[in-house]
Amino acid sequence: MRQMALIELVDISKSFDGELVLDEFNLKIKENEFITLLGPSGCGKTTTLRILGGFETPDTGRVMFQGEDITDLAPNKRQINTVFQKYALFPNMNIAENIAFGLKISGKSKEYIKDKVKYALKLVNLSGYEKRSVDSLSGGQQQRIAIARAIVNEPRVLLLDEPLGALDLKLRQEMQYELIRLKNELGITFLYVTHDQEEALTMSDKVVVMNQGYIQQMGTPEEIYNEPENAFVADFIGDSNIIDGVMMEDRIVKICGCVFPCIDEGFGKKKPVDVVIRPEDIIIGKPGEGILDGVVTSNVFIGVHYEMCIEAGGFEWLAQNTVSYPVGQKVSIRVTPENIQIMNKPQSEDEEALALDE
Amino acid sequence: MKKVLKGIYLALIILFLYLPIFTLMVLSFNEGKTMNAWTGFSFRWYREMFSNRTIMEALGNTLTIAFWAAAAATVVGVMACIGLNAMKEKHRSFFMGLNNIPLLNADIVTGISLMLSFLLFGISLNYGTVLFAHITFCIPYVILSVMPKFRQLENHTFEAALDLGASPAYAFFKVVLPDIMPGIISGFLLSFTMSVDDFVITHFTRGAGINTLSTLVYSQVKVGIRPTLYALSTVIFAAVFVILILVNIISNKREEKRA
Amino acid sequence: MSKKIFSGPFLAFMLCGTIIPLGVIAYYGITDRSGAFTFENIKAITTGEHWEALMLALMLALISTVICLLIAFPLGLILKDSKLGKKGFMVFIFILPMWMNFLLRTMAWQVLLEKNGIINQVLGFIGLPSLHIINTPAAVVLGMVYDYLPFMILPIYNALIKIDKNVIEAAYDLGAGFRQVLQKVIIPLSVPGIVSGITMGFVPSLTTFAVSNILGGGKVNLIGNIIEHEFTTGSNWNLGAGLSLVMMIFIVISMALIEKFDRNGEGNII
Repeated sequence: MRQMALIELVDISKSFDGELVLDEFNLKIKENEFITLLGPSGCGKTTTLRILGGFETPDTGRVMFQGEDITDLAPNKRQINTVFQKYALFPNMNIAENIAFGLKISGKSKEYIKDKVKYALKLVNLSGYEKRSVDSLSGGQQQRIAIARAIVNEPRVLLLDEPLGALDLKLRQEMQYELIRLKNELGITFLYVTHDQEEALTMSDKVVVMNQGYIQQMGTPEEIYNEPENAFVADFIGDSNIIDGVMMEDRIVKICGCVFPCIDEGFGKKKPVDVVIRPEDIIIGKPGEGILDGVVTSNVFIGVHYEMCIEAGGFEWLAQNTVSYPVGQKVSIRVTPENIQIMNKPQSEDEEALALDE
Repeated sequence: MKKVLKGIYLALIILFLYLPIFTLMVLSFNEGKTMNAWTGFSFRWYREMFSNRTIMEALGNTLTIAFWAAAAATVVGVMACIGLNAMKEKHRSFFMGLNNIPLLNADIVTGISLMLSFLLFGISLNYGTVLFAHITFCIPYVILSVMPKFRQLENHTFEAALDLGASPAYAFFKVVLPDIMPGIISGFLLSFTMSVDDFVITHFTRGAGINTLSTLVYSQVKVGIRPTLYALSTVIFAAVFVILILVNIISNKREEKRA
Repeated sequence: MSKKIFSGPFLAFMLCGTIIPLGVIAYYGITDRSGAFTFENIKAITTGEHWEALMLALMLALISTVICLLIAFPLGLILKDSKLGKKGFMVFIFILPMWMNFLLRTMAWQVLLEKNGIINQVLGFIGLPSLHIINTPAAVVLGMVYDYLPFMILPIYNALIKIDKNVIEAAYDLGAGFRQVLQKVIIPLSVPGIVSGITMGFVPSLTTFAVSNILGGGKVNLIGNIIEHEFTTGSNWNLGAGLSLVMMIFIVISMALIEKFDRNGEGNII
């Protein structure tokens, strides 16, 4: 039997000042999932979250929670809590009071509240911070308090709106692990919104890539990264070479005038397509050894590997390799067939959207 | 429903705020001297107001005192900010505390204390004493407007200008002054308004011979209301309205330019 | 040469315009006409007429401040939430009267409230009993509310729009209803605005003599009227100065109380 969706968004549309932000948006979220909405700013991900939290009402469509329609339910009546982008801690209360806010509202006993606050602080590694003021905490600490404040209420779903956006890189990575740990310990559903693809890939069970109010692709992080369904996803997730190609026949694609073997089938014959090749999948060799010959035009060391541009076949290829090839050196490139991703060319934006809606 | 209630609430407050002002406006065009009956439309009270020497003199005094008080307070206030910023934190906060006294003190006490001092030191009350009093109570407003700008100021721009060969005076006028200009302007305008608006302090520090609009209105209201004052109210309200709209438009345009 | 010297004129004005005059008023307050030391001028506050005037002033100032607060706070909330594109213009409408000379504004109420004034004409026209509040404390309170309402609206509105929208949403998100959000989040966070609104209205109301003169018709005697009288027609300056000193003490006490309220509300913020 199919597991029933905990949350279901049905045909949600929403526009602000005549600008359509969400267009007949559909999404199902299962119990205990860590789902990430990923997309550039203005793609509708935050609006989706706010509709779920009850802060916006959709123009059309319904929000279902365990099969019940909660579209018009006030935010304070939902079993959903939000961690806001800028934490939104109450500046007039200390840390314990902040965390206890929801519990006091629901009329829990003093002992219960005290224990819960203590437990929540321990959970976010800030034991003993009860009496501290909000201002005395660093951004990362405030973020953890915001999370603690939300989870003490034992919500069924936790909505997180770019919660790590204001933190620096190192802290962000730490917090990512912390969030995964929390999710596993608490067993609640996380709906996470971010524009940072690395964050999305690291933490999620399922990633929903959004653009201009539409879902572009939905899948596990591996699926999203390895098999992007269209040029937008490929471009947005990681670095990639997106090249015009022609599908000659099944398993054969022509790029830059050269024939590359691939593993895709069913595109038809002589069909123009987009070809996606990840920079780390480009194998560099001596001239003549590969499929295309070219020249290294730039080379930057970026830590683990070198990032090089290779001019070959009239296209500038982005390639990553642990071996450095100096600028000016003649090289060859090739790609193993399973690393070549073939995508249909979108005819127009509308058609692209239609194709994705199905 | 809720929206309607909110609308009614707003409307009631607007009515409360503007009913008196508009009543005066209507009455100012009334032909007759009585305020109980409408006897016909006329500009009579406006003509009388503009030909009334006492009113015109009071208007002149109000504007010149406000201008000179605001100008002097601005110069003194800006200089004070430069000086205070060069002081140690402890001294500066002490003087800033002093600066708050005239702001928090009741006008009547400020007025009386100045009057007593003038008379004690044998200074007869006249235009000059009013001006002095106004400068005194305007300075704190200038300092409060300009000081935050000074504190925000990139200290290094001044040093950078010196480093590039500018003299301290040149650096101040070319680099620092433009940065704190918004504070100076708002300090000047605030002082000007405070001075125009003041009644209590002027009441005690003016001699018998001089009037500002406030003191004139007060003495005339005590005697009995005159329709010329309605005309005066209308003119003042119209002037204030136009000036504020213009200020709004100008500052909006400036913001647009910046954006 | 130190830059400190630029503060010279400021210090001179502070000395001559504020500190010396305060010394002078204190001197007058504790001496009699012949210049001999006395506490009589200060003790004079306990005489019936003076004490009543002080208490009446405190009461009317308190009532008018509370009324201003009760009007201004909901107004601020409505303005904050209004999605009107002309939000700035709406706020402008409510504070515009601030720039109008307050004596003329007070005079307008005299015209409206007169026995045969506009309000009574309208009331009579629609068959309602006429209103007799001119020359009573009620009229003075009305005048105070009218004069200082814009000074209450502006700081409260400014404090309210500074509250992070997310903080309010977070409170709702955590299960609070409107009343709880108001009580636990919005009001505590707008305390600084409330305090400055109170300061701007309470002290002038407490010390006024013009409003009570114009709308009280000489029948409502506040402490301000008594002091003013001593310096003009009464010409007992020492008594006036003594009463002023007492009034200042009351101002300082009320400011301290307000300040305490401010700290209690804001204490957690800092």
